[in-house]
Amino acid sequence: MTATASKPSEQAKAKPVATGRSLLATAWMRIRKSPVAMVSLAIVVGMVLFAILAPVLVGIEGQDPNTTNTSPEVLDNFYTPGLPLPYYMYPSAEHWLGVEPGLGRDLFARLAYGAQVSLIIALLSTLVSVVLGTVLGAAAGYFGGKIDMVISRIMDLFLAFPHLLLVLSIAPILQSRLSGTALARGSFVPIASLVIVLGFFGWAYLARVVRGQVLSIREQEYIDAAKSFGTKNWSMIIKQVIPNVTGVVLVYATMMIPTNITAEAALSFLGVGVKDPTPSWGQMLNAAQAGNWYLQDPWFLAVPSIALILTVLAFNLLGDALRDALDPKSSR
Amino acid sequence: MVSFLFRRFGAMLLLLLVVSFITFTLFHFGPADPASAACGQECTPDRVEQARVALGLDKPFFVQYFAFLSGLVGPRMLGAPGAEQMCAWPCLGKSFQTNENVTDMIANALPYTLSLAIGAVLMWTIVGVGFGLLAAMRKGKLTDRFIVGASSIGVSLPIPVTGLVLLLVFVGTLGWFPFTTNQIVSPFGEAGFGAWVTNYFLAWVALAVLFSAQYVRITRNNMIETFSEDFMRTARAKGLSRRKIVFKHGVRAGITPIITMLGLDLGALLGGAVLTEQIFSVPGLGFTAVKAATSGDLPVTMAITMLAAFFIIFFNVLVDIAYAFIDPRVKVN
Repeated sequence: MTATASKPSEQAKAKPVATGRSLLATAWMRIRKSPVAMVSLAIVVGMVLFAILAPVLVGIEGQDPNTTNTSPEVLDNFYTPGLPLPYYMYPSAEHWLGVEPGLGRDLFARLAYGAQVSLIIALLSTLVSVVLGTVLGAAAGYFGGKIDMVISRIMDLFLAFPHLLLVLSIAPILQSRLSGTALARGSFVPIASLVIVLGFFGWAYLARVVRGQVLSIREQEYIDAAKSFGTKNWSMIIKQVIPNVTGVVLVYATMMIPTNITAEAALSFLGVGVKDPTPSWGQMLNAAQAGNWYLQDPWFLAVPSIALILTVLAFNLLGDALRDALDPKSSR
Repeated sequence: MVSFLFRRFGAMLLLLLVVSFITFTLFHFGPADPASAACGQECTPDRVEQARVALGLDKPFFVQYFAFLSGLVGPRMLGAPGAEQMCAWPCLGKSFQTNENVTDMIANALPYTLSLAIGAVLMWTIVGVGFGLLAAMRKGKLTDRFIVGASSIGVSLPIPVTGLVLLLVFVGTLGWFPFTTNQIVSPFGEAGFGAWVTNYFLAWVALAVLFSAQYVRITRNNMIETFSEDFMRTARAKGLSRRKIVFKHGVRAGITPIITMLGLDLGALLGGAVLTEQIFSVPGLGFTAVKAATSGDLPVTMAITMLAAFFIIFFNVLVDIAYAFIDPRVKVN
């Protein structure tokens, strides 16, 4: 679709429209028609706002994510088998989502700040993968020959690695490397190491898709036209080739975000990602499993789980809608 | 055909060699100091140095790498000079943490992972392909929309959530299943087939929910595409029964991508279902890998990563070969 829109012959007829805008306009037209996609978009926007506004919302609530509340009655009540949970484990005006069992920290505050951490990791690692995947895929497809062969073999190699296992074993190594640096402050180290690991191991699939697209773009007339003006290779890739794969990249990026949200949750759940006291949705799942709290206090498991499922589902459905709208290959 | 096989297996060995080199390099230059980890809590610099020599970590990088490789082709000597021990083929070194032979550790863990993988793969293939086929046959109808909707939710359920909810509901609250035990490894053991199924059932479900959803989608899309092909119209025009059209003509032509995916997923799963094993305390490869990764036990982490890569690559080749048999349109070369 976008490829035809930017063909010189048609551009001459129609009013000149920026490619990026027409792409988003196409997507928006499609999404507006589907109630499922609109609800998904609303949830995604809502979650992002929730994360950005975390300090404000938690301020209104009057709590913070790190204050522990280990007054004896909380713990004593909790440890008595057979008794119902003490009331402060459940939502109340004071603690909107109740408190953690054990440490008694405010769950709403941890969920909100956890959303920040989880979404930042997912978005930044997706950005890293998208940049690597697009540039390397475009270069492989455009140059062909030896460059293509080398990049394609590297892609094969990355796809052959057991992803989670490798990420799992490299994350702790990277964390201890980073914690020696000057940047090591607050929750920077776990966040940065997850972004690097997930970003660096997630680009190969996108690169393969982009390469395939570029192989056909390379043969289009407008590339020949640009070549005849003496456009340099890299300027050609950046100005002519990459704009024409934006649709596909956008679709895959939208689908990569939920994968990375899940990956962060998985790694933190396994204890190699974000660690207490920094909250993230995966860290909250880890806390719920630790000591089998979830068996006694299902609410503690439900809070991060619902946020996680809702966000991943919304991104997935939005990705489906975008793919239907923008991917020329799927015309169902 | 023979030369095709040789070429594929040759390429596979080469890829594995590269994988082993990269894994070795990554972990070799990792900051965890294996010698002091192996030496334990109270350790003088002298004893760290002894441990370093005993583990062979004092040698140059390439010497260490080739020593590691030599363990893959034949027996190898491990330990400090003068106190060497024979490590039988295939030798993957010894755990820094427990001093156990890594090959033995893997041999102990593999049956658990196998039990988990077999049941899960069977479950998700039956459920996923079955419902995907049903959805394709009822395309656009209420059944189809329901199945597609359910699969959208299914792919969005992270395994930690599914696993913990299953444990909470079916073990904690309802008590229908026992907590997983590491006593039951095989369906032919003393405990019997039934106990094996009960032991792994929830773990299978946790994996199958996620994978079934993916298989529903790919099966549905493939079958819808296949159903619209010319040979399907011909089959209908010949007056064949609906069942024959769908199963003899449609499924056979549309099944190839599903076999590919199945092969790749099975390969990936045999390297250890990290999350599921962790949640259900199944002491398989994934479980062992998590323990090794969090304690800096490099030989174990490396061995499992390489074994997993081997499974992925090996099943890739198997799938390629299976293609040629299933789909007559595919020509080897």
